[in-house]
Amino acid sequence: MTDAHSTPSTDSASAERSAFTLDGRCIPFAPGETIMDAALAAGVYIPHLCHKPGYAPHGSCRVCVVRADGRELSACTAPALAGLKVESETEDIHALRLAVLQMLFVEGNHVCPACEASGACALQAVAYHCGMLTPRFPQRFPQRALDASHPDFILDHNRCILCELCVRASRDHDRKRVFAVSGRGIASRLIVDAPSGRLGDTSFSSEDEAAQVCPVGAILLRRRAFRVPIGKRRYDLAPISRTGDVATQLQAELEAETLDT
Amino acid sequence: MPRTLETAAHPERLRRVAIEPLTRVEGHGKVTLLLDDRDQVRQARLHIVEFRGFERFIQGRPFAELPVVVQRLCGICPVSHHLAAAKACDRLVGAVRLSPAAERVRRLMHFGQVLQSHALHFFHLASPDLLFGFDDDPAHRNVVGVIHDHPDLARRGVLLRRYGQEVIRVCSGKRIHGCAAIPGGVNKALDNTDRELLGADIGPVIQWAEEAVALMRRIFLTGGERARHFAAVPANTLSLVRPDGALELYDGGLRARDPKGTTIFDHAPDQDYATLLHEQVKPWSYMKFPFIAALGPDAGWYRVGPLARINNCDYIDTPRAEQARRDFAALGDGRPVQASLAIHWARLIELLHCAEAIERLLGDPDLIGDDLVREGQSGSIGSGSTGLGASGSGSATGRTGIGVIEAPRGTLFHHYEVDADGLVTRANLIVSTTSNNQAMNESIRRVAQNELTGHALTEPLLNQIEVAIRAYDPCLSCATHAIGQMPLAVTLARAGGEVLDELRRDPDGAFHREPTGPQSVAANGGS
Repeated sequence: MTDAHSTPSTDSASAERSAFTLDGRCIPFAPGETIMDAALAAGVYIPHLCHKPGYAPHGSCRVCVVRADGRELSACTAPALAGLKVESETEDIHALRLAVLQMLFVEGNHVCPACEASGACALQAVAYHCGMLTPRFPQRFPQRALDASHPDFILDHNRCILCELCVRASRDHDRKRVFAVSGRGIASRLIVDAPSGRLGDTSFSSEDEAAQVCPVGAILLRRRAFRVPIGKRRYDLAPISRTGDVATQLQAELEAETLDT
Repeated sequence: MPRTLETAAHPERLRRVAIEPLTRVEGHGKVTLLLDDRDQVRQARLHIVEFRGFERFIQGRPFAELPVVVQRLCGICPVSHHLAAAKACDRLVGAVRLSPAAERVRRLMHFGQVLQSHALHFFHLASPDLLFGFDDDPAHRNVVGVIHDHPDLARRGVLLRRYGQEVIRVCSGKRIHGCAAIPGGVNKALDNTDRELLGADIGPVIQWAEEAVALMRRIFLTGGERARHFAAVPANTLSLVRPDGALELYDGGLRARDPKGTTIFDHAPDQDYATLLHEQVKPWSYMKFPFIAALGPDAGWYRVGPLARINNCDYIDTPRAEQARRDFAALGDGRPVQASLAIHWARLIELLHCAEAIERLLGDPDLIGDDLVREGQSGSIGSGSTGLGASGSGSATGRTGIGVIEAPRGTLFHHYEVDADGLVTRANLIVSTTSNNQAMNESIRRVAQNELTGHALTEPLLNQIEVAIRAYDPCLSCATHAIGQMPLAVTLARAGGEVLDELRRDPDGAFHREPTGPQSVAANGGS
């Protein structure tokens, strides 16, 4: 889907000077960049869950919704265009994001008080960032079994937000295709590459990049639960708008500091 | 005491009085009294009317979640649940012996827990009855009355509790529902800043605790015969004790004694609890009735909690609390003290012990360290069906985790079974209040028989029932595995079921009389 906006064959100097405005601020971009890429490069945070720099854009979570020249688009998939007028931090865009997050929370079983990802969970951190403090829609309370067949990992489908980061990591980076999403609409679910349907029967390993990318508490490394004390968890140290993709360096430093102490 | 008032022969012919909700206890409960035409109490029961279901909904979850999930049973003693579950998980990962730092952090946190819970219970929930009398105006007989009449005492109560909460926060990151213990250890130790912070205030805390013991001693002794006999029931006692017989709150062997002080079992391994204790279900309460198996269901009921612990232990290993214990024990003339109001006294002796023990631990160099988690040599349960450890897949030991601790209200048992993948398949929790179920019922029957029977019922008389229950400090919510406030309603009905009178206490303490009229009395007052 990134191929749609190949580099125009104009002279590169003028392309590099291309810019759009984000909430009135001028954001330069290189040819081929999305609104998200350019915003993050400029140090401007647009809340997102399924996007990760270096990964193919996916556009599934819709949390990064912005209004570009009057149209609502996902910033992670929309190509940056010169002169585009993009709104992100406005009341109505906030409301849209909030609704998306509120739906994500009721779709699965996101019980932060009992979840080992709490404090290091992007869903929780983005929800806090966007001002979501209470549920709004009725909980669906789906009944989903855990897959604890793998010696090193537990797969908790109750918390999966179908961002497909693990799918992309396994396919594009690990070259394994351990994960995929099956089914349609509300019946969509994460499946694994084994006839038994069990993670323990796949080639999934802790060395995989796919083991590191889950933004929520769905892919859990065993024997690590609650090891990081409250106050030292990723988003205890700084809000996601700072520790997220905007400042991966900062995040690495903060985590290194945590491990040292 | 014979259980003469447990079940009346013809409840349908009796007048029913319900005390609902019970106030100044945690969770929802009610007491029903059945009276005959001469106002003689014929049946008295404490009902726990809540159901929580933790044992069910943790099934299928990874065991490492247990310490964090199960502590949500309670907002007052979550640390005890946290640690009981963590001790069970230690067994599951084969880490029977923790690192010195881990054990000290857990102990420190638990001393903070018991201290704050005891302070809350005594100053907030129980002191209005004790300071103002059982029959004081209910509009005054509450914590606001205490703040008004005894501002210094109330302030100390608040500060004592706050100190305990601070200890918990320093250890676990939060005052309530934090996380420190993990399977095999803790996720952090203390640092020097933490020690200085907690050390700065421990002096006054010990002093206030000592003064609280003196206050309760004075209240009890001033109460004379009445205080000695109020709701007193001779009970077997159960608690953990240290191998040398000392008072123990975190880990030890089980000791049970009969009302004369004769040992039933001693230093029994906590892992054997299920053979020592059995549980019975009765049709009129959600709460089970545990009993000492060797004595059978009728004679085997027992008391847990501060009174049981102080009676059971040979000594306390902190000097001021030990002095207070000796003073207290003299009351029993060589036998266990059985007075319900003495539970408060025992509670405050423990509070003093916790304060002293915290001071000692803060000076312990092992409180600081980076050896935090011990991995088990035996089973590597939870490593998946393909990765079970060398010591054998599916062995019963690797699949069962039992953790026993002395929670503020008494011995707390957590028992979990997990499958080869480390997911919980079964859980059994016996919380302190459940252990005290029969004892509390016996105490309210004693009050019903001694104080109520033959009298027209009034609010002060009915409050005595609650005073007896409050002495046990029941946490009704976790007992049925609560949410909300305790309402209290007293209904007077003719034997035919016609309601003659109804008094209702709102959660704000206001009392009002319900308009009376012929209405059916709820059937649950019967058998």
